[in-house]
Amino acid sequence: MHPSHPWNKVSGPLEVTDSTLNIACQAKISPLAPRAASTLRTRKSAGGLVADEPLWLRVLLIGSAFTVIGLLILIPLVYVFVQALADGWSGLIKNLWNDPDTRHSIWLTLSVAPLAVALNTVFGLAAAWTITRFQFPGRTLLTTLLDVPFAISPVVVGLMFVLLFGMQGYFGPLLRDHGIKVIFAWPGLLLATTFVTLPFVARELIPLMESLGAEEEIAAVSLGANPWQLFWRITLPNIKWGLVYGLIQCHARAIGEFGAVYVVSGHIAGQTDTMPLRVEKLFQEYNNPGSYAVASVLTLMALLTLLGKSLLERFLERQMAAAQQEAQSP
Amino acid sequence: MSIRIRNITKQFGDFTALKNVSLDVPSGSLLALLGPSGSGKTTLLRIIAGLEQADAGSILVEDEDVSQQSARDREVGFVFQHYALFKQMSVFENVAFGMRVRHVAAAEVRTRVNELLHLVRLEGLGNRYPSELSGGQRQRVALARALAVKPRLLLLDEPFGALDAKVRQELRTWLRNLHEEMQVTTVFVTHDQEEAFEVADQVVVMRQGNIEQSGTPQDVFDHPATPFVMDFLGHVNVFHGRLESGQMHMSGFAMEYPEYQQTQSRDATAYVRPHEVELNRTPQGETSLPVRVVHVNPAGPVTRVRLLSDVFGAALNVDLSPGRYHELALRPGDQVFATPKRVRVFLPEDYAI
Amino acid sequence: MWFSKKTQRVLPGFKTSLGYTLTVLTLLLLLPLAACLFKAAALSPAQFFAAVGTRRAIATYVLSFGASFVAAVINVGIGLLLAWVLVRYEFWGRRLLDSLIDLPFALPTSVAGLVFSSLLVKKGWYGQLLVPLGISAAYSRLGIVIVLVFVGLPFVVRTVQPVLESLEGDTEEAAAMLGASRWQTLWRVLLPALRPSLMTGFALSFARGLGEYGSVVFISANIPYKTEIAPVLIVAQLEEFKYAEATAIALVLMAMSLVSLAFVNWLERRSRRYAP
Repeated sequence: MHPSHPWNKVSGPLEVTDSTLNIACQAKISPLAPRAASTLRTRKSAGGLVADEPLWLRVLLIGSAFTVIGLLILIPLVYVFVQALADGWSGLIKNLWNDPDTRHSIWLTLSVAPLAVALNTVFGLAAAWTITRFQFPGRTLLTTLLDVPFAISPVVVGLMFVLLFGMQGYFGPLLRDHGIKVIFAWPGLLLATTFVTLPFVARELIPLMESLGAEEEIAAVSLGANPWQLFWRITLPNIKWGLVYGLIQCHARAIGEFGAVYVVSGHIAGQTDTMPLRVEKLFQEYNNPGSYAVASVLTLMALLTLLGKSLLERFLERQMAAAQQEAQSP
Repeated sequence: MSIRIRNITKQFGDFTALKNVSLDVPSGSLLALLGPSGSGKTTLLRIIAGLEQADAGSILVEDEDVSQQSARDREVGFVFQHYALFKQMSVFENVAFGMRVRHVAAAEVRTRVNELLHLVRLEGLGNRYPSELSGGQRQRVALARALAVKPRLLLLDEPFGALDAKVRQELRTWLRNLHEEMQVTTVFVTHDQEEAFEVADQVVVMRQGNIEQSGTPQDVFDHPATPFVMDFLGHVNVFHGRLESGQMHMSGFAMEYPEYQQTQSRDATAYVRPHEVELNRTPQGETSLPVRVVHVNPAGPVTRVRLLSDVFGAALNVDLSPGRYHELALRPGDQVFATPKRVRVFLPEDYAI
Repeated sequence: MWFSKKTQRVLPGFKTSLGYTLTVLTLLLLLPLAACLFKAAALSPAQFFAAVGTRRAIATYVLSFGASFVAAVINVGIGLLLAWVLVRYEFWGRRLLDSLIDLPFALPTSVAGLVFSSLLVKKGWYGQLLVPLGISAAYSRLGIVIVLVFVGLPFVVRTVQPVLESLEGDTEEAAAMLGASRWQTLWRVLLPALRPSLMTGFALSFARGLGEYGSVVFISANIPYKTEIAPVLIVAQLEEFKYAEATAIALVLMAMSLVSLAFVNWLERRSRRYAP
């Protein structure tokens, strides 16, 4: 026995060694369930004698929190819609619909983002399965690599793809000879968007699958389940909410990506302008109503994302509470 | 320092945690609050500490009413169930904390902390962090930290609850010795009657926010005041029957009960401890009950015998000394006679189940 | 141990999933990174340093670093306040507040840039109040800091919040029992326990600020030497087809954010000792 060798670790929930970067995503992606549970507990116990601040201090702190969020988030949010609706609903719709370039940008964003999300879902599932269910040399390195996209400026991401596939890039001549256009075209958008959203699904699934452990899956295999049945009947039902959570975040980021897409797209109106790029283009053209019309659609999508997320959180919290109650009553 | 608890009542929403509880804790005593979960024992401890405010009643420490004092002014040492050690501080700094916040001179802090680490047998571990200690060691750090500020009282919430059986046993003895050395009035909460009897010199049994009984361990064990105490302090056989003219009648079988001489018959419940039943191969007078051996477990300091009475159709548990067990050479299926040596009868008015 | 090797074989799909993961990572991540390094390697050391060391480039590093640093410091303060209020108090609108904090993660950064630039100009809602006071945030460095605060806001809250929640209430009670005042408990017990998460949040917010582009282009006038940040310079070089120079500056930027994240990781590791 060589206890230091990574292959000799026991099976079951594998411990993922912390890497340089994987903290990068903890803020965005906190495992849902444990948070919900502790939320309930702490606020209850903080009601005790010792932990109470005097009322004036509490009011002051809560007031400042609302002020900060009001100034930084709420007012800007309201402002988007105020501007977008400056000429009423008809104005908003006209700004969105009568401009063919804007129409195209909406279509482009709504086709690139889901595709990037789909690619990342498959990737996230494969990566999480590999990392949480098997021990192999280089596992830590793999975990670290997953976080790299968080550490690279989107502009640099775009640059990297231009270096590879641009006209003067390493594969540029080859692609040109075959008539394939990546940069300043749709495939480049997809590549850049997929790159910046690469970690989201995987980073949501890894801690979840780790905490779930492999027992159920091992049991299923021992009962004769084939890989297909294993995935659909055991793994997926267990991780579905974490997956949804990851998808929501991945999708939000995919829609909003700017820097990377800006560089690879060449921002050609009517061809490679996504919605965020369109916002900028219209702004530069001093078309504020048009710019705010697109911005309001993006903001609405962001709000839907938040709504979906908090509904999901609330649903899981309630489910947890119900499960706890069930466990307590004999 | 003595503690006098006067008419404490505490309500959490709809739940009444304590109902008009009064209790005296003599100076220098080591008292156990014993009871099942939800009996209010921890709430009482937290009220003494000032961590909860009672709705009514008062706490007096050495004739001084401390009810309105905040926890930090009460000079009480408190050991939390899960120790509540400061994770980011070393053992040394944990123990020193109380003195640091009082701005005690560094040299004095060092001397005192080292003294305490010696006392709790953790010399040399001062630079460790709580996460690097075993459960028993953490427990002792928590104790040293509580003692560092020279508290007037020491309060412990389930002090050994989170430890495994062997460590728990060691720490019980150690706490007992420590108390003899320090002579600080100490109150601890436990749900383990064995622990209470072994460590404490005063036991207070609590139930549903009330004190059921208090006294020395021997008092409480030998003279349980209520069926609840009887039941809570170890295994017991329960018989339902009718009481009349100094006898307890249970479907054709009678036990002597001279304390009740009235001729008027009434329902009653009799309690017999497993070690207070004698087993014989032959009947020993009228109070012997014919029973059949179902199961024998000779492992442990006493041999536990499970019997079935065909008269009642009820089971009976009896503890025998290993010597007696060998004399009788019991086998499952054997017919023997059980003679209760000591019966306690509680009338239903006292205790409605 | 034979047992662990055996269970490895129990679950299916090791080769497939590992193979797929590695292929994607290689094509999407490693290949572009390699291209980046390869491009930079084409420069001689002298050319490289000439590219990354122009006065204009250095000005962008200073601004990117400085603005991200200031924004991250502000975010530590705001983040601690928000996390504290959300974890400790029950009040009307708490859930709404909690959800709104995530908005900067969900909102496209170009929208944020657009809105803040409109709000802060002289006739904007905020500008009307601020400009008469001599604070003109639009098209200035202050504006850059403001959008970076917005963009990085959730990081500190979301790293501190779970740690604050997991602090057992009895730790504070223990401090009080030992005679610590509320302030002493805060300074000696709570803040030290939160320090690692505050540092993590700081570094995440800082690293995000370094790379941010979408929101800054709106609010900064992008004037070289004054309000030009490093990502903007990279784009500018690209538009002039100076690929090698752009790549060199990109490497400096990447190094800065990697160093800050590695620093956090080191802090994490150090604090691991007392966080079991």
